[in-house]
Amino acid sequence: MADNKRIDEKTGISTVGHEWDGIEELDTPMPRWWLWTFYATILFAIAYCVAYPAWPMLSGATRGMLGWSSHGDLQRELAAERDRRAPVMRALAATPIERLPENPKLLAAAIEGGRAVFKVHCAACHGAGAAGGRGYPNLNDDDWLWGGDLATLQQTVVHGIRQPDDDATRVSQMPSFGRDQILKPAEIEDVVSYVRLASKQEPASASARRGAAVFANNCAVCHGDNARGNRKFGAPNLTDRIWLYGGDRASLVDTVTNAHGGIMPAWGKQLDPVTIKMVAAYVHSLGGGEGNPPAPQVATAPVAAPPR
Amino acid sequence: MNAPSALSPAPHLFEARRKVLPKAVKGPFRRFKWAVMALTLLVYYATPWLRWHRGAFAPDQAVLVDLAHRRFYFFSIEIWPHEFYYVAGLLVMAAIGLFLVTSAVGRAWCGYACPQTVWTDLFQHVERWIDGDRNAQLRLLAAPWGPGKIARRVAKHAVWIAIGVLTGGAWIFYFADAPTLLNQFVRGEAPWVAYSTVGILAATTYVLGGLLREQVCQFMCPWPRIQTAMMDERSLTITYRFWRGEPRSHGLKRSKAAEAHDVAPLHTGDCIDCNACVAVCPTGIDIREGPQIGCITCGLCIDACDDMMTRIGRAPKLIAYATELDARAEQAGEAPAPAPALRRLLRARTLVYFGVWCAIGLGMLAMLGERTRLQLSVLQTRNPLWVRLSDGAIRNSYQVKIRNLEARPRTVEVTIDGAPGVLWTESGDRAGAGRSVRFRIAADKVTKEHLFVAAPEAGPQRSDLRFTVRALAPQGETATATSYFERPETRP
Repeated sequence: MADNKRIDEKTGISTVGHEWDGIEELDTPMPRWWLWTFYATILFAIAYCVAYPAWPMLSGATRGMLGWSSHGDLQRELAAERDRRAPVMRALAATPIERLPENPKLLAAAIEGGRAVFKVHCAACHGAGAAGGRGYPNLNDDDWLWGGDLATLQQTVVHGIRQPDDDATRVSQMPSFGRDQILKPAEIEDVVSYVRLASKQEPASASARRGAAVFANNCAVCHGDNARGNRKFGAPNLTDRIWLYGGDRASLVDTVTNAHGGIMPAWGKQLDPVTIKMVAAYVHSLGGGEGNPPAPQVATAPVAAPPR
Repeated sequence: MNAPSALSPAPHLFEARRKVLPKAVKGPFRRFKWAVMALTLLVYYATPWLRWHRGAFAPDQAVLVDLAHRRFYFFSIEIWPHEFYYVAGLLVMAAIGLFLVTSAVGRAWCGYACPQTVWTDLFQHVERWIDGDRNAQLRLLAAPWGPGKIARRVAKHAVWIAIGVLTGGAWIFYFADAPTLLNQFVRGEAPWVAYSTVGILAATTYVLGGLLREQVCQFMCPWPRIQTAMMDERSLTITYRFWRGEPRSHGLKRSKAAEAHDVAPLHTGDCIDCNACVAVCPTGIDIREGPQIGCITCGLCIDACDDMMTRIGRAPKLIAYATELDARAEQAGEAPAPAPALRRLLRARTLVYFGVWCAIGLGMLAMLGERTRLQLSVLQTRNPLWVRLSDGAIRNSYQVKIRNLEARPRTVEVTIDGAPGVLWTESGDRAGAGRSVRFRIAADKVTKEHLFVAAPEAGPQRSDLRFTVRALAPQGETATATSYFERPETRP
């Protein structure tokens, strides 16, 4: 085929030597500008391979003379963002949490930061809207097992609930009255009747009257004589409308029989103090936040939780 | 390719551009163009430097498009982004205004006020100032390159680029505080976008006004095409009175000689084919070929022709503004009914355009007068929809946004009605809650508040809840927004 090359007389250009039904192809050279552009791209590619990460190796890739990496870019951007936030973070670190409300701008910044922290670390159990669920407290309401002021919330987040290796963690352990045979099933039914009477879910009954005695002997030490709970022990108020494990008869019988106790991690081991301060401020802002307790803090446990 | 011979000319895809080097001209239309140019350039360059006091919380520049803070200031009017429909309305008015002008006085916009026309005119004056008038320019164009030609060319393009830079430079002052920006700009501290805007606009001004010129009007601009569809027999156009001018006599002497010696043609028209009308035309057309898309109706050919007619002692207005109806009547020898200008303007078409134009303008003015400077939007929190409080009451929460469109901080009171319940803010508490809350809102800003409403448990699953915000002093403006109060689903 290549033998058929000839010079085309009209253009003066050689053909490539192919011929199909009389149609031939001219071997027209590349335009100069195209060729130079092509060479330039080759040079660019070589320079790029030298300057930037390019060749895949067994572990990673060649580094390139400039030392650029997308990971480095990200680190720079993160560092810039950290620098931008640094003044706010420093101010947050220097401000005790109970004094945050004195600086509304700082408080607003803390709440916004806490909103993000909450979504990452807390939403898995408490829900994206902090509405909780069975066994996971709703953080929007005004009922707190351990207290809802800023400092108390911070303390709870730092040390967690029933965190095994944290000495300052919040611990409450209700006995399993049924499973450990402290109370007989009939007594449990009676004390549940009493609790449902105290929470205005059932009318007075003989069972409730019997239950009152059971309650006084077994429960009042933590939940208080009037069943209003005690924050020192994390004992819930049994007269309100908020139930962590359900307030119907079956749920209450189950709770008294087996007892429940969830665990919340001690976030102080995983998050820095400013992050915890922010998330505590966020939780406080959800609507149930309480004012700072009068200083000095009450050292002895009151018989009943202070009225809310 | 089977070109039969190398001698045949290569076919061209398009015609090469013929340079248009218009001659200087004097006359009423030229003076009018000077006046319009002076006015439009003055408005363009001076507007950003007008001051307008708005108090401590808003800028003092009369006309300012504050993109960074999303505000548009126009003297006493301040537009927020959500009121952008005023700008849309202005654009509609501009379009209808163009229709109105076109149907009333023809392509007056093209001939006098269009920025392309004004800047091209300016650039051509610069050209004549440096290179001399048309004939000198033609000579220079044909002359070989030498020091003189290079010097003139460099000078001309330098002045053009300087005008371009000034044009772009004026533009940026509409978008920031003019004195501050000028100071920053000169010291090299202005944002890069200011420099790049000046660069881009300088380039476009130089290219469009200096290099492309009439080609913009003839090939790039859609407006001439739209206008041809809007012309009718009552539209004013530049008209060459061919019935008076033809046949041309190719010079005054020949015209006189023909008359004296009875040489055919016996009768010659008024046009002596001096080409003055062509020489002065900024788009390089020959108006004697009739109305055409290249004619921007600037009237310079009228000035040129009138000047020539006066000099040779013939009646002026061989080229003049006329409607097609007038032309036909005059051609037929009828008495040229001197339709009063007012009657020509007052016809159904112009009146409808004017009516629509006024209606939009008055509508927008009425809306401007009626708009409240306090606005409210309420978004109910959806997660969680409701929260049960320890006493059994139900609490909902709301993101409330209050727009304070006035340039001063105000105290407002937000009240709820439509459903029972009490209202408190994030910094307040339920114990002291009532039916209303008060807080300060910042000047010229949107204030966000997280509000809580608690109501007894008993009630419908969903009830309407209306929020009303009222500025306390001194105006008492109010705005309302409706949301819901939701309770847990009640099982039957």
